[in-house]
Amino acid sequence: MNERGAPALTRKDFASDQDVRWCPGCGDYAILAQVQRVLPELGLSREQCVFVSGIGCSSRFPYYMNTYGFHTIHGRAPAVATGLKITRPELSVFVVTGDGDGLSIGGNHLIHALRRNVGLKILLFNNRIYGLTKGQCSPTSETGKITKSTPMGSVDYPFNPIAVAMGVDASFVARSIDLEVGHLQEMLRRAHDHPGGAFLEILQNCPVFNDGAWAPLTDRETKEDALLRLAHGQPMIFGVSRDKGIRRDADGRLAVVALGGETTEADLLVHDEGDRTLAYQLAHLETPRPIGVFHAERRPRYEESVAAQIETARETQGEGDIERLFHRGEVWTVS
Amino acid sequence: MPCPDPVDTDAGRPRQLLEGVVIRFAGDSGDGIQLTGTQFSAESVLLGNDIGTLPDYPAEIRAPAGTLAGVSGFQLHFSSREIDTPGDHPDALVVMNPAALKVNLADLKPGGILLVDRSGFDPTNLRKAGYSANPLEDGSLEGYQLAVVDMAGLTVKAVKELRLSSRIAARCKNFFALGLCAWLYQRPIESTLSWIRERFTETPELVEANSRALKAGYHFGETTEMFAVQYEVKPARIPPGTYRTLTGNSALALGLVAAARQSGLPLFLGSYPITPASDILHELAGLKNFGVFTFQAEDEIAGVCAALGAAFGGALGVTASSGPGIALKQEAINLAVMVELPLVICNVERGGPSTGLPTKTEQADLYQALFGRNSDSPLPVLAAATPSDCFAMAYEASRIAIKYMTPVILLTDGYLANGAEPWRIPRLADLPEIPVRFRTDPTDFFPYQRDPETLARPWVRPGTPGLEHRIGGIEKEDVTGVISYTPENHERMTRLRAAKVAGVSREIPPTAIRGDRAGDLLIVGWGSSYGAIAAAVDEMRAGGASVSQVHLRYLHPLPPDLGGILRRFTSVLVPEMNTGQLLTILRARYLVDATGLHKIQGQPFKVREIVEGARRLLEA
Repeated sequence: MNERGAPALTRKDFASDQDVRWCPGCGDYAILAQVQRVLPELGLSREQCVFVSGIGCSSRFPYYMNTYGFHTIHGRAPAVATGLKITRPELSVFVVTGDGDGLSIGGNHLIHALRRNVGLKILLFNNRIYGLTKGQCSPTSETGKITKSTPMGSVDYPFNPIAVAMGVDASFVARSIDLEVGHLQEMLRRAHDHPGGAFLEILQNCPVFNDGAWAPLTDRETKEDALLRLAHGQPMIFGVSRDKGIRRDADGRLAVVALGGETTEADLLVHDEGDRTLAYQLAHLETPRPIGVFHAERRPRYEESVAAQIETARETQGEGDIERLFHRGEVWTVS
Repeated sequence: MPCPDPVDTDAGRPRQLLEGVVIRFAGDSGDGIQLTGTQFSAESVLLGNDIGTLPDYPAEIRAPAGTLAGVSGFQLHFSSREIDTPGDHPDALVVMNPAALKVNLADLKPGGILLVDRSGFDPTNLRKAGYSANPLEDGSLEGYQLAVVDMAGLTVKAVKELRLSSRIAARCKNFFALGLCAWLYQRPIESTLSWIRERFTETPELVEANSRALKAGYHFGETTEMFAVQYEVKPARIPPGTYRTLTGNSALALGLVAAARQSGLPLFLGSYPITPASDILHELAGLKNFGVFTFQAEDEIAGVCAALGAAFGGALGVTASSGPGIALKQEAINLAVMVELPLVICNVERGGPSTGLPTKTEQADLYQALFGRNSDSPLPVLAAATPSDCFAMAYEASRIAIKYMTPVILLTDGYLANGAEPWRIPRLADLPEIPVRFRTDPTDFFPYQRDPETLARPWVRPGTPGLEHRIGGIEKEDVTGVISYTPENHERMTRLRAAKVAGVSREIPPTAIRGDRAGDLLIVGWGSSYGAIAAAVDEMRAGGASVSQVHLRYLHPLPPDLGGILRRFTSVLVPEMNTGQLLTILRARYLVDATGLHKIQGQPFKVREIVEGARRLLEA
């Protein structure tokens, strides 16, 4: 038994018998491994988990999970998952999507699922490229990026997934990285435990079409200077020597400052997951790039509100009587 | 007492017995025409008449007042005989302004009753309707029984004691018109009075004003010499039972609720507002105490996807839309074909293509239903024939979807959706059973192992231990459901999906033939043209012609006995509100030299048009 009192399943119990077919070195392997590791720790059984995905490399994910799974159509996973979660709120429903699937063709469904606060755990694998279709720019590709479809460089301005989620008032917004194993596990746990819809962006490498997609954040030599690890109630310190931090200047903007001399930890911003304004600002911080929980708040869960209305209707009108429904309004008898 | 109860009085006017009457109310879209027509229909069914209705209103919520584009109409056919249509040409036309006269006059029968609200015929309205002279005064209406009444003025007088603003007082004039017609055709007005009390319960002054206007109209008919006779239409002899009036959209919603109750499944509707299907969403949204989930999605695609997600979870998943919305849903419908989950897709057809004629009717989405998805994508397609048949076919679509684990498209149209007719209320116990057996036994479970009779795969609710499995849009290996790109497997699965849907033909009852089993001419229709064709066939047969009717409610697969029936007739006529979609299917499928009869005007067929088309073919 684990600490949550459920039968002790292991990572292997959540692996299906299918051969995993992602390219060697794909970041998706690491994410799959952490999900398979975390689910049994959370005390979830296989049968209560459902993975719903769209189309793209990441969306093959459900086939490799020995749970219930639905590999749907391009961009529509949040909509399919919404219908499932409304009618079966007791299930743990995960949506696996990518930057193209979730932010391009499926952008509409993503934002509506988040603003409704449907209790879905949405994992968006962001590798800033279309991999399955072999290398076109995606809505998170950098402006100027040269790809097969943008030989002179992309002229698109990219989406910032965290800012998108904040912009639609998602109740839980977090970011992690495929290779940050421990951090990713912690974020998966946090997303699961959040009572409501959760949006987790996972920065992920595509070794074939966009190798080094997040290089400064993932290279051992550079990452600690490029990453800001957010922790609720903790001052925002980063750097290999933990000698830099984030301060809010008098004009309200965030600034990177060096610790030492007149600047001490007491001058730094303390992260507050409940501070929406701070989360907006952090969403736009690129150097260093924050990982962790940007924002978490309690809001009514969509499926609970739906169920509550049905309950209220039953209490006030009584359980639906079909014969009475048939006879509603003016009725006459012909003999 | 200024308003004695009109039903207690008897003016002693001569009465003329009629078999049936077609009346059309027309006015500005702000004149309350739909309401007037609906109430007149309600009064008629309570008298025991059979009825058929045809509402016709503009696409704009409030088109500019007084213009031709803003004219709203409601036609009612009430009869002492069983009838199938709202009638071709009105016997009586009630118009509230010049634009309504201009738009509708050509339809009125020669010598018909033309009841006009004079107050609407001011210079501004005459100009807006394009009249250079007032038609009420220039003799141009001499061929009709013209009755000109200052309805607004009389209404204002009738409610004077209530001290309403004259604008609000005048707006009650539609009830004056209703009262006058109720007197003319001897309809009881109690049901309308009680309806007014309920409808305006929060504004007692409007209850009083509208009631007084209604009674004033009734008394006006009684006391003036404007009409020399009153008309009487006796109750119709219709099959015994308990009845109520129902529109097609309401009937469809009830059919879904009944199917959910009979199957024991929760009903989930994923939908996006669209004319003329939105009333299905409205209707079901009010039935939450039946455990009905209604989800107004962010778009059409999300509506069907959520319904499919709910079906995956073990609910009766339904989406409802019209042609443009169905176009958006097709990829998801094809996913339902591939993952073989039950799903009901309702298409309340409207005039197209593109936005087309949103409030007008058409039956031109048959190709879309049959062929509008990528690759070989077979699914059952059903079509309702009358407003009350929408109940039966929604129920049937749900039953087939569940039994065969397949998406089913149900076609209705704007004419059925908004038209009303008496519905014989069934007993739930008399409806076919809809057994649901979720698979729970993990022994030898495979997600694509099929029932040997129906070829349906097992339905497993997520949450069932030991049956965890994955489904999706990629081709599956037969039986195991594992992803497979093997050439032979793809062909086998394609044929299996088609065979499963073809097997639905065993659900189709023997085809009913109106008229003889063989003869000179068979008229084959589908959808809302049922009534016009039936009336045309009856009329021609009464005249001695050898004409029969077959009306298809199952469009894919087609009834197994249809080929044999077609061969027993010398000619086959296929009337459709499109350029020949069923016609092409029948010609291709049965190699029959059928002839089309097409009407693409956003209006249903008139009986006359069918008769003329049939005569041309018989004489050719």
